Amino acid sequence: MTQLIWNGLFVGSFYALVALGYSMVYGIIKLLNFAHGDLYMLGAFAGFAILGAVGGVSSSMALPVLLAVLVVTMAVTGLAGVALERIAYRPLRRAPRLSLLITAVGASFALEYGMRAAAGADPRVYPLRLGGSSLEVAGARLTVAQLVLVGVAVVLMIGLNLLVTRTREGRAMRAIALDPTTSSLMGIDVNAVISRTFFIGSALAGAAGVMAGAYYGKIDFLMGFLIGLKAFTAAVIGGIGNIPGTMLGGLVLGLLESFGTFWLGGEWRDVFAFGVLILFLTVRPTGLLGERVTERV
Amino acid sequence: MTRVPDTTPEGAPEDTVRSTAADTAESTGGSATAGAARAAAPDEATGEAVNETTNEAAGPARKTAEVRRRGAGRPPTRASRLLQNRWAGLAGLLVALLAPFVNATPYALSVMTSAAIFVMLAAGLNIVVGYCGLLDLGYVAFFAVGAYTSGVLATRLDLPLVATVPAVIVVTVVAGIVIGAPTLRLRSDYLAIVTLGFGEIIRITANNLDVTGGPSGIYGIPGLAGSPVAFYYLTVVVVALAVLGAARLGRSRIGRAWRFVREDEDAAEAMGVHTYRVKLAAYIAGAVWGGLAGVLFAAHLSAISPGSFTFLQSALVLMAVVLGGMGSIPGVVIGAIVISILPEILRDLADYRFFLFGVLLIAVMLLRPQGLWPARSKEVP
Repeated sequence: MTQLIWNGLFVGSFYALVALGYSMVYGIIKLLNFAHGDLYMLGAFAGFAILGAVGGVSSSMALPVLLAVLVVTMAVTGLAGVALERIAYRPLRRAPRLSLLITAVGASFALEYGMRAAAGADPRVYPLRLGGSSLEVAGARLTVAQLVLVGVAVVLMIGLNLLVTRTREGRAMRAIALDPTTSSLMGIDVNAVISRTFFIGSALAGAAGVMAGAYYGKIDFLMGFLIGLKAFTAAVIGGIGNIPGTMLGGLVLGLLESFGTFWLGGEWRDVFAFGVLILFLTVRPTGLLGERVTERV
Repeated sequence: MTRVPDTTPEGAPEDTVRSTAADTAESTGGSATAGAARAAAPDEATGEAVNETTNEAAGPARKTAEVRRRGAGRPPTRASRLLQNRWAGLAGLLVALLAPFVNATPYALSVMTSAAIFVMLAAGLNIVVGYCGLLDLGYVAFFAVGAYTSGVLATRLDLPLVATVPAVIVVTVVAGIVIGAPTLRLRSDYLAIVTLGFGEIIRITANNLDVTGGPSGIYGIPGLAGSPVAFYYLTVVVVALAVLGAARLGRSRIGRAWRFVREDEDAAEAMGVHTYRVKLAAYIAGAVWGGLAGVLFAAHLSAISPGSFTFLQSALVLMAVVLGGMGSIPGVVIGAIVISILPEILRDLADYRFFLFGVLLIAVMLLRPQGLWPARSKEVP
């Protein structure tokens, strides 16, 4: 039981990390960035490439190296996200919503199969594995690696929350989410803030990608597809556009999946997750913490 | 390249009607809007007028963009006259029917049959995305539902495939309602992702259940016709009827409502269109088209497995619709043929194929959002 809860929280923290980027982008320009899951994939591959360049890593040095790689990867995927926004999304910001969604699908496709062309279709084995001892807490077996990864995720999420609620930059983001036109009249450089939002969201996804690569040990070019869907589900459960809500949603989804797998069997896990998504959209489309929005004409 | 079957039975005739009738509609301008809901006979004229007037209401920035994009006001060029010719569709159908006389190798027939089935899928998705503006990223789910329903019934109950068609229609309608009813009330972008999830649900379910044969799928589905050539002709006829049907739907009363919803949902609601019901109708129509295409697919391959119904397939159908021109029947048909034949020609580039498709999707949206063969509009700014 506690094992199930812990597994759920662990997977949930990944979901939350990816979902945050989704949620921030959606909150600020109302775009579902389908390519977000692929930025996660990109992060995993960027980390893979960096680790390959560094060479062999002894297991005692695994953790510091991983953290260093994490930082570099976050910068890489962040820049990729900015480039994506600049090339594919910004020119269409005033276009009908359908065009933007289709462009996002195209971007996701281009990233997935571009990576396939670059790195091959076969799964790659991550050069760095977090092994380490495990300890028993209240009947659940947790490994040090898991604890570290959850710790990193929590630190990133707290950092993001502080950024959005306490800084000038965060205030600008929230202002744009409310009303981009008025924000620009108030002297906010809307394009720059949106770029930086993409940077932060993509960097978080990239971090999650590296962590997933190091934990699961295997990466492939389609790994972002499913997690993108799951992250969206998490964002919807928590209330899309709402940052604490998204974190909560990730954890809730992780827990639901963990218990769903236990009851129904692993092969139904994804069906269960999407079933939850559809249920939530039917019953409470604004999510657990989202406020009701009225569509303005 | 004579084996490229052009199954455009419709499209051209309606264009001629549209261009003449729309000319008269222009002179009445916005007044056509109110009449549109009730207009009956030369429906295309008023339908398009509604479409365009709501476009103008969408704000000045949008309007100039539309004008620039569509190049309205330029006199029709020789090429565009040719495209509007009422016989183009029939000529296309003729080419499709004559193609086996030029090249009837089993490979060519198989490719052409697949292309025809793909045209039907694209025509169905066009109802949802092109007419109604709802992004469906899991369209292949209905394709799978149709293929599996007919496959399971035909192999387990020893029914001929034709006898399963009513069941397929019922099941796809139910599937359309199950997935559309909760999500169509929400913002349109939620629909996109829910349909994406739904596509995965169907695929995983087919993979896990025993009745669907699990990962290896269903074998030995009976065919619909004796020989590959006969089946090809049957497919062409069925697909032609389906495309024709989709085109007629697009010009009907509900077709006008769909386009109104696409252009401006709030205005449509204000004009008395029951937007939820109209959107659900589009979604169900798309589902039925996809399901029937699934029956053809099952008959064509005689074996189906979950691997045929991935997100990739949905994305390719979407690609065909977007590339050809959303809402434009001839465009969608051409787009579907291009997308299904292109990989056969570009075998050498297999590694880069889907990457190029993705880039192409972005490029089309950025540079030519109306597609290769856009739906015609007679807007005068």
